[in-house]
Amino acid sequence: MNLLFEKSVPGRACTLLPDCDVPNAALPEQFARQQPLHLPELSETDISRHYTELSKRVHGVNDGFYPLGSCTMKYNPALNEEIAALPGFTGIHPLQPEYTAQGCMEVLAEAERILCAVTGMEAMTFQPAAGAHGEFTGLLLIKAYHRSRGDLQRTKILVPDSAHGTNPASATMTGFEVVNVPSSPDGCVDLDALRKAAGPDTAGLMLTNPNTLGLFDKNILEITRIVHEAGGLNYYDGANLNAVMGVARPGDMGFDVVHLNLHKTFSTPHGGGGPGSGAVGVKDLLVPFLPNRHVVEKDGHYTFEDAEQTIGSVKAFYGNFLVVVRALCYMKMLGGDGMRDAAQTAVLNANYLKKLLEPHCDAATPGLCMHEFVLTMEHLKKETGVSAMDVAKSMLDYGMHPPTMYFPLIVPEALMFEPTETESKETLDWAAQTIAEILERAHTDPESLHASPTRTPIRRPDEVRAARTPKLRYSFDA
Amino acid sequence: MGSYLPSTAGQKRQMLEAVGVSQIEALYDNVPASIRLDGLDLAPGLSEMEVSAQMCALADKNHVFHTIFRGAGAYDHYIPAIVERVCNKEEFLTAYTPYQAEISQGILQSIFEYQTMICELTGMDASNASVYDGASAAAEAVAMCRDRKRNRALVSAAAHPAVIQTIQTYCAGADTEVALIPTKDGRTDLDALRAMLCDTDACVYLQQPNFYGNLEDAEATGAVAHEAGAKFILGIHPIAAAILKSPRECGADIAVGEGQPLGMPLAFGGPYLGFMACTQALFRKLPGRIVGETVDAADERCFVLTLQAREQHIRREKASSNICSNQALCAMRAAVYLAAMGPQGLQKAAQLSYAKAHYLAEELEKIGFPRRYPGAFFQEFVTETPLPAEQILAKLEAHDILGGYPVEGGILWCTTEKNTKAQIDALIGLLKEVCA
Repeated sequence: MNLLFEKSVPGRACTLLPDCDVPNAALPEQFARQQPLHLPELSETDISRHYTELSKRVHGVNDGFYPLGSCTMKYNPALNEEIAALPGFTGIHPLQPEYTAQGCMEVLAEAERILCAVTGMEAMTFQPAAGAHGEFTGLLLIKAYHRSRGDLQRTKILVPDSAHGTNPASATMTGFEVVNVPSSPDGCVDLDALRKAAGPDTAGLMLTNPNTLGLFDKNILEITRIVHEAGGLNYYDGANLNAVMGVARPGDMGFDVVHLNLHKTFSTPHGGGGPGSGAVGVKDLLVPFLPNRHVVEKDGHYTFEDAEQTIGSVKAFYGNFLVVVRALCYMKMLGGDGMRDAAQTAVLNANYLKKLLEPHCDAATPGLCMHEFVLTMEHLKKETGVSAMDVAKSMLDYGMHPPTMYFPLIVPEALMFEPTETESKETLDWAAQTIAEILERAHTDPESLHASPTRTPIRRPDEVRAARTPKLRYSFDA
Repeated sequence: MGSYLPSTAGQKRQMLEAVGVSQIEALYDNVPASIRLDGLDLAPGLSEMEVSAQMCALADKNHVFHTIFRGAGAYDHYIPAIVERVCNKEEFLTAYTPYQAEISQGILQSIFEYQTMICELTGMDASNASVYDGASAAAEAVAMCRDRKRNRALVSAAAHPAVIQTIQTYCAGADTEVALIPTKDGRTDLDALRAMLCDTDACVYLQQPNFYGNLEDAEATGAVAHEAGAKFILGIHPIAAAILKSPRECGADIAVGEGQPLGMPLAFGGPYLGFMACTQALFRKLPGRIVGETVDAADERCFVLTLQAREQHIRREKASSNICSNQALCAMRAAVYLAAMGPQGLQKAAQLSYAKAHYLAEELEKIGFPRRYPGAFFQEFVTETPLPAEQILAKLEAHDILGGYPVEGGILWCTTEKNTKAQIDALIGLLKEVCA
């Protein structure tokens, strides 16, 4: 399919802006651009058709099953979009006087109140724009806390080897040294290894619970106690909160700071990779360090406050506000009971799908799981040469988004499934049957899996070529 | 009430039976009993109609100003209708990061087109797929420049305060020192910069136009930075870039900016768009997603996420940044916006914004609001005020006008192509009354 630039016709344009109604003013020559500006020249018809064509080459949640593990691809409710488009939200300048933006501030305050109840935290900031941004913020809070106590030797962050890649990367960005803590075979934290690693140089522990194998760590209270006794703080990576929302709270598990992915757990759309919202919740001890511009209620109205020892700003203004609007809609729809119901159903759906698939392949861990589970194609690959990648790519031919591949790193040939609660039994039955057929075909016709997909808009791309000879923009000279 | 759950009670029973447990709570056996909740202390769920009413009531508590003369980092530019229509397509809205290239070509191609447009706008060689906003883009750009020998960032004090704060926050995390370059007459003081620079400085960050709307001597600033072996980062306004010297022409190594003017509503500060572009020499240091062109197994052109060896899911603690989710849908908005405007449309938006600001400045001068700083400016400028700014702005608010942003020593005014002559004349008339 052609690029916008290849459809461009010199002289073609949309009629968007009126002529100038004030005396013209000339920019001084010394500031004027000489470099040509190659933007496409198109009619509105061209643009509309271009993007409609592109939209047919995309698979979203609304196109079909999307069991992408750790990403919580649940349905994105229509109401969220309608409300987020209200002029009373979209038309508000971030620097207009507080008395004219009380509705926006109430959205932030109300979302904070609900999410604190869900997580067992004292306060929440919405400034971080995504999960990784939330991790960065949370670790800065931990750093500021230790510094404020003159405890400067705490330079290390403990990260289990099953953790999301963002955890160690965030620790490095905040100037900490990463100490990898090995997992036991079930993906839970190895308590002896943790005891050895925790000490006077421990700033904190980052943990996802349920973990990336989809198991709730039954030793969670012992884990957080070990870290606290060593003088460190516990950070909860909320990527997997969807399993326990309304059932158990990170605050009660012994966590001091959490980040949530509103674009996972709270139903806001991923938009092809963002914008999300990485809200960060903290217990009392970290409140004095919160990022700037925290909404508080005073004398019946809302106002912004900067914390005494704030870490500063992690971005301009107050975060991805319209994402918070969507999440608030969702939370109001569900209420406390609905959240619990959603979590339990997510866990039920995962267990049901796991049960249906287990006769056909190996699960990384036996027995019950939380909201997601991991299969390993290690045996399949040895027997048939068909890899986890081949299985995933074959799923594309059936209009199904594949699970997360090759993660967590501690499982060979991993496929991580997270069906979410918004999928029906019929969809799960169909998915299990389809995957069983694919696995069967791995034995009878492995070549067809190596060659898959064949029914998608493109075949498998040459990723090595893309990386070896990077072509990152359209070239007008070619 | 509404949980968006399709399964019926009967189906749930069947599923529980298949799993082999009698009730759903049994799935949580690993959760210690002491922390299992009885329920949340929250109101029960509501119907869609009720939630809709509640949320509309919240929106109604805000005031949407009829006329806006305020910028200061968020700009009320015109958004073509096609932007909203295209970006609300559910396929784009509900897709994840395009890891599976075979079924994500629509998003990958649109990012490739976006990257190309950002390269064109900035004159640079390579762009990433976006970061969170202009402020975090500036902070990430600083991170691209530092190394063991060079660990101090010099940042113009005339940059947007939120950008400065964000750079400081990121640098505090990485133990990088930040020094502010003082201003003189509302512009970055080049003599002061020359005196400050030393061989441990990683980069110089300049904003063009700066926070006060003034045009800086960006070329000279870049030359000074380069003489000392430091990199030059230029923060730009993407619409102004259509007529102002490009970052490339100014000698920038990295160009960043807030992409909000490119089709994103004010939306109380977000979601916005951080764009980043750099020279060929630096592209492997860019943070976050990058889309590249390649071919598929049938030798057809296609697009993939590439250079992933920089990224956190591969490199973990050695990654160039921790960024994962970015502002993809906002990048698409920018691409649709730029496609709709075209080169002439974008230049017109820039010229109209410029002309209206200059008309407003002249009219303000006539009624006792002289400009605080001399020299060239773009669409924003600071004036002194005959009365306290708060008093003046309150009066304007009562007439449904959001006046300029109060800053030290006056008011920072802003115009865009949306401000008609009639609006400007009405503002002037009102100010005359207020100050009479």
